[in-house]
Amino acid sequence: MSLVRHQGGKAIVLSFLVAFMLMAVPLPEWADPWRPPWVTLALIYWCLAVPDRVGVGIGWVLGLFLDVLTGTLLGQHALGLTLVAFITLRFHKRVRVLPLWHQSVSVLLLVVLDRSIALWVKGIQGLATADGVVFSPALTSAILWPWVFIVLRDVRRKYRVA
Amino acid sequence: MRLLVCVLASVLFMTVDHRRHHLETVRAAMAVIVYPLQFAVHAPFRGGKWLTDALATRRALREENERLRTQQLLIQARLGKYEELAAENRRLRKLLDSSVKVGDRVLIAEVVSVDMDPFSRQIMLNKGGNDEVFRGQPLIDAHGVMGQVMHVNPLSSTALLITDPGHALPVQLNRNGLRAVAVGTGATSDLELTHLPNNADVVVGDLVVTSGLGGRFPSGYPVGRILSVETDTGQPFAKVIVEPAAQLERNREVLLVWPGKEGASNKAQYAEGQEVRS
Repeated sequence: MSLVRHQGGKAIVLSFLVAFMLMAVPLPEWADPWRPPWVTLALIYWCLAVPDRVGVGIGWVLGLFLDVLTGTLLGQHALGLTLVAFITLRFHKRVRVLPLWHQSVSVLLLVVLDRSIALWVKGIQGLATADGVVFSPALTSAILWPWVFIVLRDVRRKYRVA
Repeated sequence: MRLLVCVLASVLFMTVDHRRHHLETVRAAMAVIVYPLQFAVHAPFRGGKWLTDALATRRALREENERLRTQQLLIQARLGKYEELAAENRRLRKLLDSSVKVGDRVLIAEVVSVDMDPFSRQIMLNKGGNDEVFRGQPLIDAHGVMGQVMHVNPLSSTALLITDPGHALPVQLNRNGLRAVAVGTGATSDLELTHLPNNADVVVGDLVVTSGLGGRFPSGYPVGRILSVETDTGQPFAKVIVEPAAQLERNREVLLVWPGKEGASNKAQYAEGQEVRS
């Protein structure tokens, strides 16, 4: 039975790999602060879609890899993604049925949370950071969320991830 | 429950990573896993460069060749003079009973075109522990000091640029030997000389070089030029801005330096010493 239930794991892994690569693609200087946190978005989607498979633990591991990828303090992204995964799991039944633009608002709030934790960690380290720019990824991810959602939903249907 | 474990683990990791360096091996191991992804991102850029090289016309290549020839001649001539000066310097230093080593060992590394955390200034290099790169190793380009190596992974390494807000570099003015600390501001092209009094002898255009204090950077490498000096009698210190000489955001190839060594690695000597403020 479990074989039938748990299929399409490759699609999940692949989507996260693509998200990681998008995080590393060089952007011009002005666009860099606006880069949406692709890994966070993918994590939110999979937490909504298959909450019994993707959750807090996977979020934490992804966060650690993201820390290594972006060269931040080991644990900064891990903490953020853990909380994002937890909250998404908590409310996944409610958020899942909302219209897309309404989901965007939830995504905005989740990314703001993620960024606040990053800002807080930087603050504790004593590193001065640019003020309002920290939250610009939240805006871009809210705008891009409908497309992310549709693309990942198609991926999920194609590979019958359940 | 799982949330609690993960949050505690994150906080623990951050504390340990910030205070001590026990987690470097964990980071290095994970970096090896992440490296293929970064390499895949870098590959199109590398391919593009190869393609431009391959498709360059004969004429363009000849022109470039011509230009490089003249440049080499000029540099050769200048180097001849430098050799003489270095010999004289050594002789004079021998008279003063102090020794100085000229000619550090260097290695060319390629900057991997991947973006890192946008709120700190870091770059990734394609040389790592396998090439004897070590933590704290200075990084220069043709024009001046760029930064130092932060994390060493087997195949790659990440370096902190001198413009990072967490980076401090001991420097001195070439003209009068006035010592200062150049702190990064986070902006692409600004360094700040901190704690210089209002009456300090600093003039716009002065060359700033590394002082070698702190034992991490070899002395005498150019850092930049003084861009502006603002004195405000209400403030205890002058606001001195330095423009870095190195092309921090543009170069593809950089030089890793083994200070004061022409042969074997000197990990032990430079592993400790001046601490980076991050």
